[in-house]
Amino acid sequence: MAVNTLRKGKGHGEGRLSAESGPLFQEHPVGSPVRGAAARQSSRGPGHSFPRGRAQALGASLSVQRVPGEHQPKLPLIPLGSGSKAQPCLAFSLQIFINNEWHDAVSKKTFPTINPATGEVICQVAEGDKADVDKAVQAAKAAFQLGSPWRRMDASHRGKLLNRLADLIERDRAYLAALETLDNGKPYAISYLVDLDMVVKCLRYFAGWSDKFHGKTIPLDGDFFCYTRHEPVGVCGQIIPWNFPLLMQAWKLGPALATGNVVVMKVAEQTPLSALYVANLIKEAGFPPGVVNIIPGYGPTAGAAISSHMDIDKVAFTGSTEVGHLIQKAAAESNLKRVTLELGGKSPNIIMSDADMDWAVDQAHFALFFNQGQCCCAGSRTYVQEDVYNEFVERSVEKAKARVVGNPFDFKTEQGPQVDEEQFKKILGYISTGQREGAKLLCGGNPAADRGYFIQPTVFGDVQDSMTIAREEIFGPVMQILKFKTIEEVIERANDSKYGLAAAVFTKDLDKANFVSQSLRAGTVWINCYDVFGAQAPFGGYKASGNGRELGEYGLEAYVEVKNVTIKIPQKNS
Amino acid sequence: MFGRFGLIFINNEWHDSISGKKFPVFNPATEEKICEVEEGDKADVDEAVKAARKAFELGSTWRTMDASERGRLLNKLADLVERDRLILATMETVDGGKLFSTAYLMDLGACIKTLRYCAGWADKIHGRTVPMDGNFFTFTRHEPIGVCGQIIPWNFPLVMLIWKIAPALCCGNTVVVKPAEQTPLSALYMGSLIKEAGFPPGVVNIVPGFGPTAGAAISHHMDIDKVAFTGSTEVGKLIKEAAGKSNLKRVTLELGGKSPNIIFADADLDAAVEFAHIGLFYHQGQCCIAGSRIFVEEPIYDEFVRRSIERAKKYTLGDPLKPGVQQGPQIDKEQFKKILELIESGKKEGAKLECGGGPWGDKGYFIQPTVFSNVTDDMRIAKEEIFGPVQQIMKFKTVDEVIKRANNTTYGLAAAVFTKDIDKALTFAAALQAGTVWVNCYSALSAQCPFGGFKMSGNGREMGEYGLHEYTEVKTVTIKIPQKNS
Repeated sequence: MAVNTLRKGKGHGEGRLSAESGPLFQEHPVGSPVRGAAARQSSRGPGHSFPRGRAQALGASLSVQRVPGEHQPKLPLIPLGSGSKAQPCLAFSLQIFINNEWHDAVSKKTFPTINPATGEVICQVAEGDKADVDKAVQAAKAAFQLGSPWRRMDASHRGKLLNRLADLIERDRAYLAALETLDNGKPYAISYLVDLDMVVKCLRYFAGWSDKFHGKTIPLDGDFFCYTRHEPVGVCGQIIPWNFPLLMQAWKLGPALATGNVVVMKVAEQTPLSALYVANLIKEAGFPPGVVNIIPGYGPTAGAAISSHMDIDKVAFTGSTEVGHLIQKAAAESNLKRVTLELGGKSPNIIMSDADMDWAVDQAHFALFFNQGQCCCAGSRTYVQEDVYNEFVERSVEKAKARVVGNPFDFKTEQGPQVDEEQFKKILGYISTGQREGAKLLCGGNPAADRGYFIQPTVFGDVQDSMTIAREEIFGPVMQILKFKTIEEVIERANDSKYGLAAAVFTKDLDKANFVSQSLRAGTVWINCYDVFGAQAPFGGYKASGNGRELGEYGLEAYVEVKNVTIKIPQKNS
Repeated sequence: MFGRFGLIFINNEWHDSISGKKFPVFNPATEEKICEVEEGDKADVDEAVKAARKAFELGSTWRTMDASERGRLLNKLADLVERDRLILATMETVDGGKLFSTAYLMDLGACIKTLRYCAGWADKIHGRTVPMDGNFFTFTRHEPIGVCGQIIPWNFPLVMLIWKIAPALCCGNTVVVKPAEQTPLSALYMGSLIKEAGFPPGVVNIVPGFGPTAGAAISHHMDIDKVAFTGSTEVGKLIKEAAGKSNLKRVTLELGGKSPNIIFADADLDAAVEFAHIGLFYHQGQCCIAGSRIFVEEPIYDEFVRRSIERAKKYTLGDPLKPGVQQGPQIDKEQFKKILELIESGKKEGAKLECGGGPWGDKGYFIQPTVFSNVTDDMRIAKEEIFGPVQQIMKFKTVDEVIKRANNTTYGLAAAVFTKDIDKALTFAAALQAGTVWVNCYSALSAQCPFGGFKMSGNGREMGEYGLHEYTEVKTVTIKIPQKNS
């Protein structure tokens, strides 16, 4: 296994990240670091010139596991770090964003955000709590008042602002991708090619919806004229996870703003940086003050303040099922705010013996290991039909062993660190539980470096449905392979989970594909593919994987109140 | 200045006409020739169709492109139109006699917004899955129709071009466009922007030429799958006939109108006079939606007429490029003569000419803003589309009477009612036979709203989500499955 341990980097501790923290990147083989205007130049230049077909394929299917392979895409230089000691490279505010202005926390507290590749502090960020949420809600409410610029704005203009935001993110794509990698640990090539691509596309997609989400006129019985208006819900609390910080932010902002809501957003304490940078772009795009407010902070404080707030009309949360329960409860106990939840999963990936084996192995690997296994939709129960089981396991182990773990800024790297120490420990805990409960550890199983939160790509064979690693969400690079005999059996086993986020089946047989896809209790079913996302397709969970849907036209429904208007008329005519 | 652009645009390349013929394009404000343009005919249409067909082949760049990418290209085209707004607005003015400020603000504004609107639709045109009886899985695909012939009028050369190509392209069609022979310049300039935006060759082809030759070649073509036409009802009939005689191509038509504008005594009179005025005189009266039958309730009739005359007399006519000018020329000599002839018929048939009534200036096709009162429903000026700055004001007494009179026409494009009474407003909204009804406003159009005619004002709708239906074929796919479950 190729593991690059990270001994070179030497990050620095407290305070805003300054030029001194550059060495982590300076020693990086990719090229000389660039900043500011040069960074912008590069993000428009060669970075966008790799063959379109490939970029598109990457964006469409996330099938990026071969990115660092023989055809190295041309990526723009990473604009973090600096050869010059004159200027800081995090040249944006790390405070709370309310009313298009930057504020310290009311408590004046800050918290450190950590580089998971080194375990070192990147910088301190203002720590929002209830008082800051209150301020943000006040700003949001003011922006949402009848007669405000935001309420009176043409729907098409809301779309224009979202498109402008997409333009700005595209302009600063390399910088944002680097921030994402620095703070979250995901490989830079993925941040740049996948996350940022999907962010831009998501915003553009919802930009288009802003003047197309139609109310209806309704042939009501009697002498009445009846129509519906799709009105924004109001102040929306949005709580963002750390696994795709920018993308989840876009998933939340896109539909909320397209439909005219105002937003109080809490970003994950592990990964606040890219969201705060985007706050600058929101202001630059021209959104009126108070429309988007962004608060870095912790769940039990700032997050709880949002979910139990009496003046927040809706809360949207992406994260663990455990916290999802708390949010729904807080909504119930406070003001019955609308709730949408996108939670955990233990998604089955079913490989029939007639499947294209190369592709199935490839996709099953990708389905689990993508983003260090930190995907709610990770295919973490790989069911393989008996007659191909041994071959599949063997090839999956081979593939896992070849996975390149290391410095996420290295273009060769396929797997970076887990996001933080807590996750790191939790995953290692699951691995030992797996071994204890009798699953067969085929590779990996240990930390992959002597610092940072790296874990070896791990594969378990002979996994039984009753084992903890087959029932609980691990959220790490740990693959479970299970054996099955018949379709009926595997459907029953696949559905025997409290989760229902995603599922997949690999088969060349049309009947099997249709039967399995209709039988699986999951919000998304992929056939002969995995992790195919697009802003156009709705995403969300059955059962304890969530409430509601994000993306697609369906994703707009959570962000509007339907108002029925009925007018008495002298005489109805068809 | 325009020489480079006077060529036929096929396959993202510029071509001379096969016949070698050219035709002159005139400035209607001066009657002077601006330049010559290649004259496309059947042979050129054939070439354009071949290119469009090839671009539409299965597996082509255009067919395999992500829908969102089609949207990106349309957004890029909007950016380019925005960049070149000044030159395009100037072309509209020089070529179409349109006031420059109007061209720049209204026409170009509408073009850019329409492109962006349709860009947004590209990846939102949903098929459906259908709960069909039996053990089947059924879904629909909304597929592009194929090669679309699009024939553009001269009154809003760019806006109408965009209204045609934007929905067609967002749905994934390829197009063969014929701009009007009076106003081909801005369309040809668009050819270069379409190429610059990155549309693959053959997706958009632009053939300037005349109706009876190039236009007829499109509507009769056996390899064009759909024709969309905006223009006169007379020509609309020819197009539909040609489609019927050839390959039953799909037809959408946006034709003439004689739109009623009904003013009740309880209306805000200032607003009503102004909207009624603009509703008729906008762009020299050359609008299919012109409110050319103004029905005014008896108690306010005299006052309404007085104010309307006052308003019409305020005009400064002249070179539409010059600031301060409020009315430009009619598009060409033919229209100019036709309008003057209809004014004469109005006088002869007993309408009261309140102001205007004749040509203006010693060159260019200018006509004085003209107001007729005491118009009755049987007069030619109350029945025929004048397409000029000639306002007809009629009197009415009751709701039932005016509904009948307003609907008593072969047209049904637009209508309006001015009243503060909610019952009246909604009664008219339902009773008027027109594709668009405005209440207390006129000419309020935007890309989000469908537009089109009842009766002989047309077939189908343009713009809004409805407009996309005209550019897609619905395909039902049914797959036998072992067992159906809900």
